[in-house]
Amino acid sequence: MNAPNKSGWKPAMTEGGTADGPATVTGNRALMLEEPLIFEIGTTGTTGVDLPEPQESATRLGSFVRKDEIGLPGLSEPETVRHYTRLSRQNYAIDLGLFPLGSCTMKHNPRLNEKVARMPGFLDVHPLQPVDTVRGALEVVNELAHWLIELTGMHGVAMTPKAGAHGELCGILCIRAALEARGDAREVILVPESAHGTNPATAAFAGYRVEDIPATKEGRVDLEALKARLGPDVAAVMITNPNTCGLFERDMKAISDAVHAAGAFVYCDGANFNAIVGKVRPGDLGVDAMHINLHKTFSTPHGGGGPGSGPVVLSEALAPFGPLPFTARMADGTVQLVEEENAAEHDHARAFGRMSAFHGQMGMFTRALTYILSHGADGLKQVAEDAVLNANYILRSLEDVLDAPFGPSGPCMHEALFSDKGFADGFSTLDLAKALIDEGYHPMTMYFPLVVHGAMLVEPTETESKAGIDQFVAALRSVAERARAGDESLKTAPHFAPRRRLDETLAARKPVLAFDGPCTPGGTPQLSEQGGS
Amino acid sequence: MRYLPLTDADRSAMLATIGAASVDDLFVDVPAGARLSGPVAGLPLHQSEMAVERHMRALSKKNLAAADAAFFCGAGAYRHHVPATVDHIIQRGEFLTAYTPYQPEIAQGTLQMLFEFQSQVARLYGCAVANASMYDGSTACWEAIAMAGRVTRRSRAVLSGGLHPHYVETARTMAKFTGDCIADALPTLDGTPDTAALVARIDDETACVVVQYPDILGRLPDLAAIAEAAHARGALLIAVNTEPVALGACQSPGELGADIVVGEGQALGVGLQFGGPYLGLFAVRDVRHVRQMPGRLCGETVDADGKRGFVLTLSTREQHIRREKATSNICTNSGLCALAFSIHLTLLGEKGLRALAAENHRLACLAADRLAKVPGVRVLNDAFFNEFTVLLGQDARAVVRKLADRKVLAGVSLGRLYPAHEALHEGLVVAFTETTSEEDIETLASALQEVLA
Repeated sequence: MNAPNKSGWKPAMTEGGTADGPATVTGNRALMLEEPLIFEIGTTGTTGVDLPEPQESATRLGSFVRKDEIGLPGLSEPETVRHYTRLSRQNYAIDLGLFPLGSCTMKHNPRLNEKVARMPGFLDVHPLQPVDTVRGALEVVNELAHWLIELTGMHGVAMTPKAGAHGELCGILCIRAALEARGDAREVILVPESAHGTNPATAAFAGYRVEDIPATKEGRVDLEALKARLGPDVAAVMITNPNTCGLFERDMKAISDAVHAAGAFVYCDGANFNAIVGKVRPGDLGVDAMHINLHKTFSTPHGGGGPGSGPVVLSEALAPFGPLPFTARMADGTVQLVEEENAAEHDHARAFGRMSAFHGQMGMFTRALTYILSHGADGLKQVAEDAVLNANYILRSLEDVLDAPFGPSGPCMHEALFSDKGFADGFSTLDLAKALIDEGYHPMTMYFPLVVHGAMLVEPTETESKAGIDQFVAALRSVAERARAGDESLKTAPHFAPRRRLDETLAARKPVLAFDGPCTPGGTPQLSEQGGS
Repeated sequence: MRYLPLTDADRSAMLATIGAASVDDLFVDVPAGARLSGPVAGLPLHQSEMAVERHMRALSKKNLAAADAAFFCGAGAYRHHVPATVDHIIQRGEFLTAYTPYQPEIAQGTLQMLFEFQSQVARLYGCAVANASMYDGSTACWEAIAMAGRVTRRSRAVLSGGLHPHYVETARTMAKFTGDCIADALPTLDGTPDTAALVARIDDETACVVVQYPDILGRLPDLAAIAEAAHARGALLIAVNTEPVALGACQSPGELGADIVVGEGQALGVGLQFGGPYLGLFAVRDVRHVRQMPGRLCGETVDADGKRGFVLTLSTREQHIRREKATSNICTNSGLCALAFSIHLTLLGEKGLRALAAENHRLACLAADRLAKVPGVRVLNDAFFNEFTVLLGQDARAVVRKLADRKVLAGVSLGRLYPAHEALHEGLVVAFTETTSEEDIETLASALQEVLA
């Protein structure tokens, strides 16, 4: 018989079921529910929204009236709620448990932030309303900008970048604009091997040649090698601090001094700012530009892959080149919007341009500001301390079963780095990660940074309890021991997730990127039937 | 502090396990001189939920929300009714607090949603493949220009005068650094966009022609004719749409011959939010162009048991694999906004989208007829969907300011969009959606009449 679910999968109907219990007709396993595509359950004639029936009337669409069916399925409201609720239950999320993705900072997302972002004065205002009708929105942007500047010890901030990588680009473009302003064409950006992939991609996009900076055996930038490479062709050095091995770059100030002495700029990838917020100001270390992922350090939700927000704090040397628009607090305390029209009046005629339409990720600004004010100066410092404490606790609790390549050299910051050294032959980080899924956890960041073989980067964040971390440590210990012992069942993990391992090769070799079947028709009224103009 | 579960006893026990005397010992690699000696300057101590909410509410109240005004702003961001279901579902923690679906076995919810979203966008745009979203319309537009350069191996982009000026400025900014040539133009105040003038600007170096549909003045450019002219020169046509609801009534850019279709998806599900986060849509008509696309793609596959499942795929285009050779440096997309868009479009379905488009168009037609009767007002457009331009014979910025005092948010003045170009300053772009009442239109007409008198 055919399974009523439309995934194309039929439950095995072996006599008496499987070891997991009897087979089911639906393919469901109690609360683990199969869900078809909207294209398989919806019709073009179904709608979950009450709208007036289109009237017979002439259109003003000229010759552009749509004639053919689009093929969009509709569902009633109850079916819609059920479809997406069922889908949601196939996701892991911070709300379900510890989410130890290193460098991603998956911390609790406070619900007050969500409530505030939905206040009508923030949610229901248009970006091009007259400035006098959006004074509060401009104050939010300006107030958040102020705290970001204070927390980082910098001179200015560009608020409009839409995500971390967009912020990186903004920072590098500021650097290029500053160099061009002094007639100094430079061609190279130095990036450590351990950098996030966005760093070299950004530098290349901005027209620079990317060269690697070597690391020491301790996992930090090799200061002497860096000094030897600096020269009149180097525009900037992109450094992540704390770095992607989870270590603080002790020589950061010396690095900055050397870079500045060579006439170049220091870009800092702020992805790991959570480890030092409220304790260390990057501006005091000589950083010229740093993006801040509001969706990491400042708790705005990751949303299954965005939206992010990546404001970039800037040094005095770079701030004049920051993009438009931005906000400025005037002598009388009011906040002014600075756009192309009035940039010169605000001494900002050298702005390098515009990163995107409108004013940046307002919905993220309200959330991040709410978070900063909730924690306050004392809370943010505690955030950094607890994040670092939790990571070190995991590092020291597991280094007897998992190789910690930089463990012997001292404490880590907010994330603990392990390698696959000591696993039985043929067992990989991927196997361990998939087994962790069966234990009810999202795996850690795998195979990153590239400088460590089979890397596992574990970032618990500060929003985990000790009891929760202890249980995670026990689970990770168990799967690590199984990997060392060569337990074959790791190879077929996960066993209990909504899906087993997925065939990624097939997906790439024969890409199916859209549903290509028909959508069940349902007598759709069409504008073209109304006569047209 | 309510977001921090550790107790002091926990902290002591954990320090003992670590073998550190105090938490300061864990920061030993931070040079003493780099440590902040006191609290962050001026930042108050932690505050209760109630206290923070009070502060933020006071800021919120300093804004005039669209619901409290007669509202006619568009120009790239549109106010539509978002069904309550949308906001309820996107706040489910399993969607809201998930990460990018890099572990597909436990991210099928997000992945299936993205596959459905891609399929919806592709159909709406008349394309073969859409990606899993970009930051917003303006950045998607630039990424399309960059992609056209990769496909054609040419570096000149011809921008139509009807392209949103922020999109133009974003492209000009990026091109400054990539060495691409952006040939942009100002809009002219004609009832119909000048196709011949645009076509005349296409040459053999042209990688792409970028045309907004409907355009910044609400007009409908002749995409088919432009596509034909672009293709004859070996260039691609990039169509930009900032109002997806329009495609419920108008032919899709793909079926009119656009090669890359990008746009702003904010109008469905996302809300105004003072400009962000929004939702960049990105699609290609020809499946052969997929490997030059930027951004994440979700694809169908099977799991080890043969069950259908979904994964992120073709990631060899992306920065985390290709590093400096990637098609884009983009990492994050706009996942939750894509979910909101997809839910809203599922609730509408084909029937609902067409009815919604018809209602928008009906109200705009009503408004055009009414505003044309106001002395001193001339409706520019020959054709439009839910937005058109009126000419006021004086700087529309002053009119907009005066009307705002009467709680009429009258639209977006061309002076705001093109401050340096006085010839455009009498223009006012006005938008009408299903949230506009007939009474609102009357309010606008009579307020305009009084102010212009």
